Amino acid sequence: MTTIPLDYETLRLIWWALLGILLIGFAIMGGMDLGVGTLLPFVAKTDEERRVLINLVGPTWEGNQVWLVLGGGAIFAAWPALYAVSFSGFYIAMIAILLALILRPVGFKFRGKVHDARWQSVWDWGLFVGGFVPALVFGVAVGNVFLGAPFRLDDTMRASYEGNFFGLLTPFALLAGLVSVAMLVTQGASYIAARTDGVIAARARSYGRIAAISTIVLFALGGVICLFLLNGYSVTSIQDHAGPSNPLTKTVIAAQGAWRTNYGVYPWMTIAPILGVLGSVLAYFALTTRWKLAAFLGSSLAIFGIIATAGLTLFPFLLPSSVDPAVSLTAWDASSSQLTLFIMLIATVIFLPIVLIYTSWVYRVMRGPVSTASLGRNPNAY
Amino acid sequence: MIDPVVVDLSRIQFAATAMYHFLFIPLTLGVALLLAIMESVYVMTGRPIWRKATLFWGILFGINFAMGVATGIVMEFQFGMNWSYYSQYVGDVFGAPLAIEGLMAFFLEATFIGLFFFGWDRLRPVAHLAVTWLMALGANFSALWILIANGWMQNPVGAKFNPDTMRMEVTNFIEVIFNPVAQAKFVHTVSAGYVVGSVFVLGISALFLLQGRHAELAKRSIVVAASFGLASALSVVVLGDESGYVATEHQKMKIAAMEAMYETEPAPAALTLFAIPGADGRPTFQVQLPWVLGIITTRSFDRDLPGITELTEHAALRIANGIKAYIALNAIRADTHDTAARAAFDATQADLGYALLLKKYRPDVENATGEQIATAALDTVPDVWPLFWSFRLMVGVGLFYIAFFALWFVKSSLHQIDRHRWLLRLALWTMPLPWIAAEAGWIIAEYGRQPWVVEGVLPTYYAASSLNFWDLVISLGFFMTVYSVLIVIMVWLMTRVIKAGPPDKLGLGLPADAPGLTTEIAA
Repeated sequence: MTTIPLDYETLRLIWWALLGILLIGFAIMGGMDLGVGTLLPFVAKTDEERRVLINLVGPTWEGNQVWLVLGGGAIFAAWPALYAVSFSGFYIAMIAILLALILRPVGFKFRGKVHDARWQSVWDWGLFVGGFVPALVFGVAVGNVFLGAPFRLDDTMRASYEGNFFGLLTPFALLAGLVSVAMLVTQGASYIAARTDGVIAARARSYGRIAAISTIVLFALGGVICLFLLNGYSVTSIQDHAGPSNPLTKTVIAAQGAWRTNYGVYPWMTIAPILGVLGSVLAYFALTTRWKLAAFLGSSLAIFGIIATAGLTLFPFLLPSSVDPAVSLTAWDASSSQLTLFIMLIATVIFLPIVLIYTSWVYRVMRGPVSTASLGRNPNAY
Repeated sequence: MIDPVVVDLSRIQFAATAMYHFLFIPLTLGVALLLAIMESVYVMTGRPIWRKATLFWGILFGINFAMGVATGIVMEFQFGMNWSYYSQYVGDVFGAPLAIEGLMAFFLEATFIGLFFFGWDRLRPVAHLAVTWLMALGANFSALWILIANGWMQNPVGAKFNPDTMRMEVTNFIEVIFNPVAQAKFVHTVSAGYVVGSVFVLGISALFLLQGRHAELAKRSIVVAASFGLASALSVVVLGDESGYVATEHQKMKIAAMEAMYETEPAPAALTLFAIPGADGRPTFQVQLPWVLGIITTRSFDRDLPGITELTEHAALRIANGIKAYIALNAIRADTHDTAARAAFDATQADLGYALLLKKYRPDVENATGEQIATAALDTVPDVWPLFWSFRLMVGVGLFYIAFFALWFVKSSLHQIDRHRWLLRLALWTMPLPWIAAEAGWIIAEYGRQPWVVEGVLPTYYAASSLNFWDLVISLGFFMTVYSVLIVIMVWLMTRVIKAGPPDKLGLGLPADAPGLTTEIAA
């Protein structure tokens, strides 16, 4: 065995943080496109206006979606037990997300190829579904993580499930879904407002402001329910932070208010929900005053704060089990081996900065407002 | 308890979605490089016809790419959704190449494909050319990492079972990357993609010439496709032979089944060209080429090639040995400090996967009867005849394309591209063949690996998620419906683009209000 220069506990913490960063990266970049898709039928009324929105995200949405592909791959590589249990446990929900994600690429590519109003209208609604459904279902999934998923693990680590798709649609989970939709719509609206003019930008600003207010209200409501009413989970045995990844060796209790524990132990964590609210407030006022960059930054900050809040509240849990809390997956017992985490960290440290550099370059090349006039110049426009 | 119906439906779903996904991938691999080559010629010569060709093939490429993206994300998610025990059992090894694929390859490809389409009037020609090459490079890197992951399923090197976590874990990642099977598969698969791309460009160009339109663009495209296609077809077959050589080292059963070779052949083994299965499934009549198979697969004149019967006996021994590993593993789990059990496990763990073959017959593997061991050993034989014929189909098509591209290469060197209409028609009507060969290749690779999902490590039967029948009915029905509708739309759209031909007005940099710029095809 080669010696690994980082200890197992540190690597697990790094990968817990990287999981959050990848999800935040997806929500900021890919979520922006989901928000634009959700707003498409409302912000843009005519074919020309809709083409402006589609061509706004057209050159970059494929790259943005790779954040999701990478997130999936990173969960598989760094948290295989989480990948195995969540993707199969939320099976029908995943199918709904896949439907939406299939509609997006073909919607973008197929819509403009035929000049027929009904054809275009079908793909406009396809792009709406492709934006709204993933935004909602990802949020519902996160809501269910707080509630715990109904899974068991046998002594060979094989997962089995109780309950079905409709069991996922509890009021709290739906509330979490709406937080996700509101937050991503704010992001999409801020992006539209920053890069278009006239009536499209004006509509985007009004929807964006409504979405920013909704984000604050829904997030606060969800927070109160989560901290005071829900059954949270806490580990009651000593966990070896550097032990083998085996979720069957601890004890866990479910108790009302247990999701407050981390904030008592680490009061600094309160900064995350504060950023979530402050970011949304900034987005709201910047949209009102047409301060384009601030709106986008505020909305991105809100996404960062809200996703960080979820992660920090749950820590060390990744996915609690509602039917057998002892087999819940945590950051200390559901990771890959120390070697795999280290190899993946090296790969990330090398390639993620390169990705960020060329992505910024592409955005720089494509900078500038998108309008009906600018569409005519490009024979490849959608 | 594992429901065999759910396992079968999960296999059907994975096979169907993977084969569908691979309709688009080889075309992406091939056309991406052809676009890069054509645009390079444009930048070097400055002749607008080459830019027009790049733009035109780029439109068809874009439609195909969208389908590849849409179906690719399904593949990534399905491991967790339908094969959750697989994901838990080998995710420590298999997940890493998938994640690195996203990080290093797919990000590159997907970020630059946007600029490929939208960057024409924003970038200098050389910068745009760089974008096109980076996109093509991303596509090829993507194939590399996916095939490293798949190669590990064929030949699981660099990993070891850890009794404390009940899964395979990486011991040497360099071995996983430089797995000889993965490297051979990579070159073979991307070359096959280049053949698909060349056949596509050549076939549609031939259609233009038959219809007497866009002759200039068609002829130039054929020159590029014929030379690139010839090099690729040679590479597919020669490096396919490399993967045959590699397979004998690691997957003797697959070779024996592909050849319907029940009894061990004395060295050097004969290659069967054709055979008729008898009532018992064994060949009754066969036409053989003496010595050829032995030379291809063992690169020697004196090494035997084991037959199915001998390999099955060998599998029975490994199952018996695997039961020892299984018993030791149970002892370790009962008492993690049992050093004697750990020593026993280390001695036998290479065969643990063989013991899991018995899970199909009883949960308490350690009490398996001799009869059950014999049955499980027979399970290690994949279905012989689908493999036998898929292999011959694939090789036949491969050889056909060497001759085909050689002929086209000569014709285009002699400036006789449109002299023979039969040759143009041949190019048009044989267009589906390379796709059929590529799918046949995957049938050999994946169906030929059965009953294993990871060769010798994890049986397919044991790897599925604990879903219920209706979950699978819903998802399978959904995929069949959506995929059928999409392929009809895609073929219809491509046909429209081809009918419309390269648009006349690709004059970039024209005034914004110039009429006719957003022609139907370009819009």
